Amino acid sequence: MAPELGHIALILALCVALLQSVLPLAGAQMRDPALMATAKPAAYAQFFLVALAFGCLIYSFVVSDFTVENVVRNSHSAKPLLYKVSGSWGNHEGSMVLWALILALFGAAVAAFGRNLPPGLKARTLSIQAMIGVAFLAFIVFTSNPFERVFPPPPDGQDLNPLLQDPGLAFHPPLLYLGYVGFSIVFAFAMAALIEGRVDAAWARWVRPWTLAAWSALTGGIALGSWWAYYELGWGGWWFWDPVENASFMPWLVGAALLHSAIVAEKRDALKTWTILLAILAFALSLVGTFLVRSGILTSVHAFAVDPKRGVFILAILIIAVGGSLALYAWRAPMLKAGGLFQPISREGGLVLNNLLLGTATATVFIGTLYPLFLEAIGGAKVSVGPPFFNATFVPLMVPLLIAVSFGPMLGWKRAELGAVFQRLWVALALSLGVILLTLAFDKGRQILAALAMGLAAWLIFGALVEWAERVKLFRAPLATVWSRAVNLPRAAWGMTIAHAGLGLMVLGITGSTAWQTEVIRLVRNGDAFDVAGYSFVFKGTQSQEGPNFIATRAVFEVYKNERLYAVMTPEKRLFPAAGSTTTEASIRTNLLADLYATIGDPEGAGQPGASGPPAFLTMAGQDVAWTARIYHNPLVPWVWLGALVMMVGAGVSLTDRRHRVGAPQRLPHAAMPTAAE
Amino acid sequence: MKRLLFILPLLVFAGVAIYFGFGLTRDPSKIPSALIDKPIPEFALPEIAGTGKPALTSAGLKGEVALVNVFASWCAPCRIEHPIFMRLARGNAVPIYGISYKDKAEDSAKWLRDLGNPYKAIGWDFDGRTAIDWGVYGVPETFVVDKTGTIKFKHVGPITPDALNNHILPLIEELKRAP
Repeated sequence: MAPELGHIALILALCVALLQSVLPLAGAQMRDPALMATAKPAAYAQFFLVALAFGCLIYSFVVSDFTVENVVRNSHSAKPLLYKVSGSWGNHEGSMVLWALILALFGAAVAAFGRNLPPGLKARTLSIQAMIGVAFLAFIVFTSNPFERVFPPPPDGQDLNPLLQDPGLAFHPPLLYLGYVGFSIVFAFAMAALIEGRVDAAWARWVRPWTLAAWSALTGGIALGSWWAYYELGWGGWWFWDPVENASFMPWLVGAALLHSAIVAEKRDALKTWTILLAILAFALSLVGTFLVRSGILTSVHAFAVDPKRGVFILAILIIAVGGSLALYAWRAPMLKAGGLFQPISREGGLVLNNLLLGTATATVFIGTLYPLFLEAIGGAKVSVGPPFFNATFVPLMVPLLIAVSFGPMLGWKRAELGAVFQRLWVALALSLGVILLTLAFDKGRQILAALAMGLAAWLIFGALVEWAERVKLFRAPLATVWSRAVNLPRAAWGMTIAHAGLGLMVLGITGSTAWQTEVIRLVRNGDAFDVAGYSFVFKGTQSQEGPNFIATRAVFEVYKNERLYAVMTPEKRLFPAAGSTTTEASIRTNLLADLYATIGDPEGAGQPGASGPPAFLTMAGQDVAWTARIYHNPLVPWVWLGALVMMVGAGVSLTDRRHRVGAPQRLPHAAMPTAAE
Repeated sequence: MKRLLFILPLLVFAGVAIYFGFGLTRDPSKIPSALIDKPIPEFALPEIAGTGKPALTSAGLKGEVALVNVFASWCAPCRIEHPIFMRLARGNAVPIYGISYKDKAEDSAKWLRDLGNPYKAIGWDFDGRTAIDWGVYGVPETFVVDKTGTIKFKHVGPITPDALNNHILPLIEELKRAP
């Protein structure tokens, strides 16, 4: 019953989306308020119907309804409840329903919160949003029905890919999609503005909160995915420049550029066509990411469904959406009025530099990701592009960007003096030099580049703090003044300080874990003792463990620091019989300054690959044989994700800025918005 | 001129879309063998006792179109493709030669006794050295060799009916017609 209800809800949602994509737009073109007003109830109805369908899907998973093919392929009755629920989006069909759900959620949110929007802009935006909804709902209904029944129903399911049975990964797709799909709203706003032929400060102000929300969610989604890769894949790394990682990273980079250019569009009424282009590109790259993952043209852990028919469908959506929007851009954008002028050395100039560097970085990642495909298309060899390419191209682009980050907020609008800015930043500069010297001293001068990178991280953090201190007149005014200035500081300014400092923390983590990682791979026997980065490890053997839907071998390491027991680490290797695959569970012990990270491999003399029968790591558990162990000491690595979290918090704080909530922005026909006094 | 700048994104995207369209026509999991159109490696593998089939050497592979299948008793996918080879052998369409990869001789022999033996000759490659020369990186793999002893095609993984009917059998017919 539930599957049919869900299926019908999806079809109805498609019908509603069709209406919503035509009526409000037609109403806006004909200036018919009644037609325009259909947008709001339609957006609500669409959201309700897709949510109902998604609820039915989750229900089918929770009750293990094995008459539904999707449940059979991705679930198992013995699976813990959390993974039964997350299994509903851990597969192609379900993840597309989640996509459509978040799309509808953003549409409903604009309908609900967009009270200040002019009716024409709102109607057009919701129509564009519904067009995207039509495309994806049609994709689901015609090629990827999640409610397909199977007869006769099998006694039990085939289980979800065990790598995906993980709390971190349960929430990775929803967050990532909130980001990807969130850019659809920004895209819809951009399209509506192009149709209206008007982009002004008010428009930029409406767009900014949606960009902030989407970018913040995307930051969280990517960070969660990277964290998962770190503890689940057992390689000790947290970013692999995998095509699918890149696919989510590109919209993030463009989104970051858009966040900054929207400020210029809002405050100075400049960079308008560029901001529109970024809004289109952010969503276009989200679609490209979806296409790359769903069509199977790149191999990856993420590419679950390789079906050419689906690939063709998504390519068609991509071509219509991106091709159509870029064509509209080529036609309408030249008619937009250019706004305020500015000197190269100015706040605007700094933000342009930010955009140029982020744009170039995106192009670099794009080329690196798709180069193998391009090369093969012109008859070249099969190649793969790996981390060396990205390290050699992406990192040099980031260095000037990161240096510029602390200067940007210090520059005045229109024109500024670089010398004066230097004077105000001397504290940050001195502290960063101090960090470089300290690092060199501790490291005994072995890694000069790493010391410079630590200085760069310090520059970002102290630069952000100095800028904040200036704003609140810290040390230069009585405490009461400082307090009231801090309280009255716009939330957007707080957000910027937090986010920039978060970026610095992230650079700290990246540098520490890249430059000073210790890796020990060795065979261990019961009672073996060995040292890793100043910690003494003693191997205490292995034992068998049983979980709800897996059996495992657990290794026990006692870790001593200065002759005292510091931790007991228990990495595991698990076999999921229903799915027939194994996973490694790293054991991680963190003190926030560094991680100890241990994984266990196979016993010595393990059988041939692919041998039938239970794998050697299970049959030899508890025996006194040698096991492969990989132990890592990763300095500062937690700050990679904590930094991302701080950036998210920054974006969140900025989102609560009062100018996004109150004081309906007045749309002035031809004058720039009055600029807020810093 | 300025107009062109606004059209540029559309043009770039058009190029990218064409590549994407192309990308859909290929299979990323397919890795071409570097040994295609190269002569087979020189080797002389011992026979497997108890199979009643002769040993396999590179010299024995020349003179007619043949299939060479790398298998092992411990390999589950080999079990899946085995009936296809049995059917082929019964139809006498093409001689099939086997290379037993990193497997105990008695295990291979028992496996063939249980499931049937489609091979005309079998080489025992216990240390996997010969398989390395063939560029094997997992079992099963299947090669098509022409009359001159040149490798013409390689299939990785179990043979599927699709690969057999649409690629391997037509290729064998074509190679047989060649002088």
